[in-house]
This record gives sequence, C-alpha cells and structure tokens, in this order.
Amino acid sequence: MPNLNTAKYTGDEEMPDLSKHNNWMSKVMTPELYKRMRARQTKSGFTIDDAIQTGVDNPGHPFIMTVGCVAGDEDSYDAFAEFFDQIIEGRHGGYKPTDMHKTDLSDNLVMEEPFDPEYVFSVRVRTGRSIRGYALPPWCSRAERRKVESISIGALDRFDGDLKGKYFPLYEMTDAAQEQLIADHFLFDKPVSPLLTAAGMARDWPDARGIWHNDNKDFLVWINEEDHLRVISMQKDGDMQSCWRRWIDGLNKFETYVKEQGADFMHSDHLGYILTCPSNLGTGVRAGVHMKLEKLSEHSKFDELLGKLRLQKRGTGGVDTASEGGMFDISNADRLGFSELELVQMVVDGVNTLIAIEKKLQAGENADSDISAVAQK
Amino acid sequence: MPNLNTARFTGEEDLPNLEQHNNHMAHVLTLDLYKNLRQKQTPSGFTIDHVIQTGVDNPGHPFIMTVGAVAGDEESYEVFADLFDPIIEARHNGYQKTDKHKTDLDSSKIKMDAPFDSNYVSSARVRTGRSIRGYALPPWCTRAERRQVEAVACEALAKLDGELKGKYYGLSNMSEKDQDQLIADHFLFDRPVSPLLTCAGMARDWPDSRGIWHNDKKNFLVWVNEEDHLRVISMQKDGDMKAVFSRFCDGLKKFESNLQEGGYEIMWNEHLGYILTCPSNLGTGIRAGVHCKLINLSKHARFEEILTKLRLQKRGAGGVDCAAEGGVYDISNADRLGFSEVQLVQMVIDGVNFLIAMEKKLEAGEKIDGEVDRLQQK
Repeated sequence: MPNLNTAKYTGDEEMPDLSKHNNWMSKVMTPELYKRMRARQTKSGFTIDDAIQTGVDNPGHPFIMTVGCVAGDEDSYDAFAEFFDQIIEGRHGGYKPTDMHKTDLSDNLVMEEPFDPEYVFSVRVRTGRSIRGYALPPWCSRAERRKVESISIGALDRFDGDLKGKYFPLYEMTDAAQEQLIADHFLFDKPVSPLLTAAGMARDWPDARGIWHNDNKDFLVWINEEDHLRVISMQKDGDMQSCWRRWIDGLNKFETYVKEQGADFMHSDHLGYILTCPSNLGTGVRAGVHMKLEKLSEHSKFDELLGKLRLQKRGTGGVDTASEGGMFDISNADRLGFSELELVQMVVDGVNTLIAIEKKLQAGENADSDISAVAQK
Repeated sequence: MPNLNTARFTGEEDLPNLEQHNNHMAHVLTLDLYKNLRQKQTPSGFTIDHVIQTGVDNPGHPFIMTVGAVAGDEESYEVFADLFDPIIEARHNGYQKTDKHKTDLDSSKIKMDAPFDSNYVSSARVRTGRSIRGYALPPWCTRAERRQVEAVACEALAKLDGELKGKYYGLSNMSEKDQDQLIADHFLFDRPVSPLLTCAGMARDWPDSRGIWHNDKKNFLVWVNEEDHLRVISMQKDGDMKAVFSRFCDGLKKFESNLQEGGYEIMWNEHLGYILTCPSNLGTGIRAGVHCKLINLSKHARFEEILTKLRLQKRGAGGVDCAAEGGVYDISNADRLGFSEVQLVQMVIDGVNFLIAMEKKLEAGEKIDGEVDRLQQK
C-alpha cells in the first residue's frame, strides 16, 4: 500500500535506518538496491516498503537469525527478485537464481522401525501451501482471505477414510470445541510475535481463520495463519514412516481436490512452493520430533553435530522459544534445494544418530569420536 | 494505495464482520456506506480499509468506547466524510456537519482565584496535538515524511527562548544517561503497545524520527511522532492550572509562529479545528487535567453523575487505558470539539474546585446530595 506521497522523496530520504539491525534483510539492503526496488511494485501494488516493514520494525531476535522480509503475493519474488535472490542465497545455503528445486512426495522413506520411545515422544511433518491468484497473509484483503478459506474447505470436504474430518472456524468456535482443540494442541491463536504482527498477518483476526482436522486427529490443516495453508501430519510416538505416508497421501489428495475446483498452488521450478516467508520456500517442510537429549544437549559439540546433520533445534514451544528440561524440537534446517523426501530422510537418519550418541553418553561413555566421525551432510 | 486485487471483489465480499464489535466505527459502518467509500481514496492513496483497520482488529475495550477509525492525512476527513461525520457527531455530543469550531488560546481570560488545594491536587497538565500540513499522519506517513515532520518541528522549537528554551532528545540515538533522566522525569514515551495504536500502523519504523523536546525548566514538553505529529504538553507538580495554561498558550503560539516563518502550516479548518489522527481529538485536541485524590467522592453513588454534569472524565493516573489506584484520579475535560480551549480549561478549573469541595464535605461526614441536585448540567 504505497503512500503516494513517497514519490515526492528520494530513496535516501526514505531509506530505513538499519544501523542497529541484524536480520537477513538488513544484511542485504543497500541504498542503491533500495532505490531500484522502490521504483517497482507487484501487480497487486505490494511495494518494497511493504516487504521489509517487519525487518525494519524487528531489528533482531535473541534465538534466531530472522529473515526480516515477506512476500505479499506470488509476484513479489519476481518483482523484487534482485532483493529476494540475495536473501534466498544467504538463507538457503548459497541457492542461486538459476538453481532448480525438486519436489518429491513419494512413498520411499527408508526407516526400519520407529524411533526409540525412550527418547522420541512425537513426530510431525508440516508444510505450507498458497492458493495461486490470492495475495498472501501480509497483504490479502478480507475477500481474498475468505476465498482461500472456502476453496480449501471445498477441497478438504472431499477427504474420506482415515482422512475424513471437520472444519473449525475460529470465528464461531464454541467453548467446548475450543477447549478440545487446545487439549489436542491443535488450536492456533492470534499471532503475538511482532515478527508476524508487524508484517500485517494478524489483520481482521479471526475472520476466515480456522483449523481443519481429521477424526483420527493426526492430520491437520491451518487456514490463514502465517500462510494460506499449513498442512500437518503428527502423532504421539516415533513412527515417522507412518506420519510421512499419511502426510504425502493427504497432501497429494488435497492438491487433486484443489485443482478439481479450478484452483492451483503457487509453485515455480526455481523456488518450489511459494510461501509468505522466504525461509519456507522450496519444500516448506519442517519435519521433526520432540525428543529428550539431556546429556547430548550439554555436550560442547552439540551444535556442531546438529550442523553436520543439517538439523536445527528449537524449544518445544515453537520457532521463537527456548528448550526446557532437556526436551528439544529437532527438525531439518533446510527447506530449499532438497526434496521433501530427502529432508525427511535426513531427519530420520539424523535423529537416529543423535539417539545413538545420547545412549553412549547416558552409559557414561565418551562419544567424541562418534561425533567427529559424523560427516557433513 | 490499497491491494489492487480488491477491484475483483464486491463490497459484500470485503465487508468486515463487525458482529462482535462495539466501537463508534462499528456502529456507523453499513454495507452501503462501505460500498460507496471503497470506491474512493485520498490524494495520497489512503482508503476506507486503512481508516477502519484498527476498529476491525479491536472489537471493543473494557474501559472506553473506542473510535475504531483513524485519519491517514488531512483529506481523510473530507473524502470519508460519510463515515467520519456520524462518528464525530456521536463522539462529540451531536456536533453537526455544518457546525463551526472556535479556537481561543487567550489565557488571560481564565478565572482562577488560587491554585487548587494541594491536599487534593498534586499536578496539573494541559496537552494538545498538532499536525504539520502536507505530511501524512502517523498511521500512514512514510519514513521520509516522518523525518521531515521531526526536522520542521525541531527547527521551530530551536527558536524558543527564555523560559521556553530547551533541547531535543531523539529516541534513536539516546544515551542511557538521557534515557534514565527522561524516565525519572516521567517524560519518556515508549513504543506503543496498545493494539489500538499498533493495528493502525503508528508504531512502524520505531524509533525512527521519534523524540522528546523539553525546556530546561522541564514544564513544557513536545512529543514528536508518537500518536500524532506533535503533542504539546505543559505541566507542573502543583495545582496552578492558570500558570500551566498560560505557558501552554504562550509556547503554542510561539511555536506556530516559528513554523509559519519556516513556511509551514498547521492542519486546521473552521469546521473541525485542529486536524489530528484520531477523530476523538479533533477541535481543540485539548486534554486539560489534574491528578486529584478523591477517596470518598470516588466511592459515592453519584460520582459519575457529577462528572457528567461537569463535563469531566476520569481516568487512572496511568493514562487513557488504565484503572485508578489509591483514590487518585486523572480528571480532565471530556470534550474536545465545539468548545474553545479557554472554555474547556475553565470548565476543568470550576469542575475540579467543585469536586474538591464535595470531597471535603464527605470527609467531614456531611451529605452532598443537595449540592449535586442543584448542580447544573454544563
């Protein structure tokens, strides 16, 4: 939404002061780049100022290197390619503007048995999807958000068998439904993180927001939270194979039903699935577990090990929380440049490696050489 | 400029759901009005969706009837008059489209025999807002515009001398020492956390070009780029409201004159007076008040009735969306528009004196019902 008065000022006069900032946007933005980007806007009118507002308003975060910019629509990644390409290259391990991304949602995950239940308590795979033709959460109008909701529900209503389920819109939710969803850990609430609110994602809450889940309560879709859609498969054990199979089944069927409605997902050969935050481009996949690593988490080489395995740790409260009691959320660090199958396989193999080392440490053994032997993936 | 995709959808498809809402905007907005206004935008591109976003995002407030709409620029009040006029009428006691507002900053007209009784009143304060013509308002301004407002204001403030001579403290590069001092003086304002303000976009780019100017005597203060372009405040830690208002008028007039010398103007028109971000502050933009201890009166069944008759409002001593503690209330004028500054400050003086008189009676164990019955609605 550019304030048209901006035309009266130069790039130097409008350039944000990023001297105290430490996010990907502030690392990439220069006065010259800003000048070139402010001359453009997407087809729906999204501007560079809109894209970077969250990064200007949030100079840094204690636990994570934030991205500091968002897309307002599919077109953002093209209109501001010169800017986003640098962000993507920085955030996604050197991914180049000419690179191609591969999608692989096939039933080929290799996992002999579920994770050891002494260490892993739950497994989860999530991704995001955006419906082509509608602006993304930072920018969408109420009408667009409502269309995204209705198209999604139209597709989800087609599910049957184990995937058969029901939609719970946030707006009309009864107290009983709300309590149940909270008890199931399914309910998402109005964003409070300034990373999201400064990007405009909480506007008009709770209009057209809701949660769909199957009757079995292991396949879940969030509508109009941080992305148009978040598709989640989860279960309270270590059976990642089962979790993966249900996820790809649901996702593949969902795509079919969406297309039957005449809609489509935002996707490109270069960036894979197009999502609000550049950090989620590609697969949009975060596959992970909640696991206990009491000893290993105190080892001086824990972070180095995670780095080699291409895993990241979080607190069990989500992206911007700290861990408690040796319990960690361990998931893939990458999103782009690897397929879904590759990423989930890395999580399976990586978590098994972590468990093996934790067991050694629990038995009082030294695991230094095991850790050194792990190759960088 | 709005999300251009909006052109593909009808008013029905985009109309906010206001069923759970209780604010002035929600009471006024209808489908037909929304359809009509979504065709329009101000010259700088501010739209009806921008105006109402804060009201859509904030259905209601436990202590105050919120407005639920903001202006993004001076033209908002004209372009969206069909929404703002009924809001103004409801919020400002039936103020009509055709009414004229009078400005009067002649403090010599104030009648106050003596400062307020210091056993009851611990401080007196008068504030208003001012907007610099030609720059969008805090919900909508760009960084360049906000910086210009800061530069223009600082240039005008730098020319103030004598008792008004002072210094500017920009929030961006404030030293810890300055920050500690400003906090100790109760001058420092912080990044807005109230969703009423953040949803309207007023915290964007914080703390860029925000700052506090105050005189060396620490009784005249200007906030730059908080909820309005400028908030001008005169205050002191006693009950001498006449002195506070005198300094207020003097400072404001000199400031405005300095601005004009620089070739700038303040947003003002003869219908709405001073143009400010929130419709509730139109007219004088003035809130003149005291911190006053009313332990007995505040528990009296007719306290609210008295305040209403006196055209006063109460707040907790922490400001607009706080509750009161320890019987100490912030008592100020309820009106902003349709009365002049002199009239409003006189009402506060007369009203607070009445409240103190009632409190004294209650302390002495006397009844006040007769006095309250005889009290005329102002």
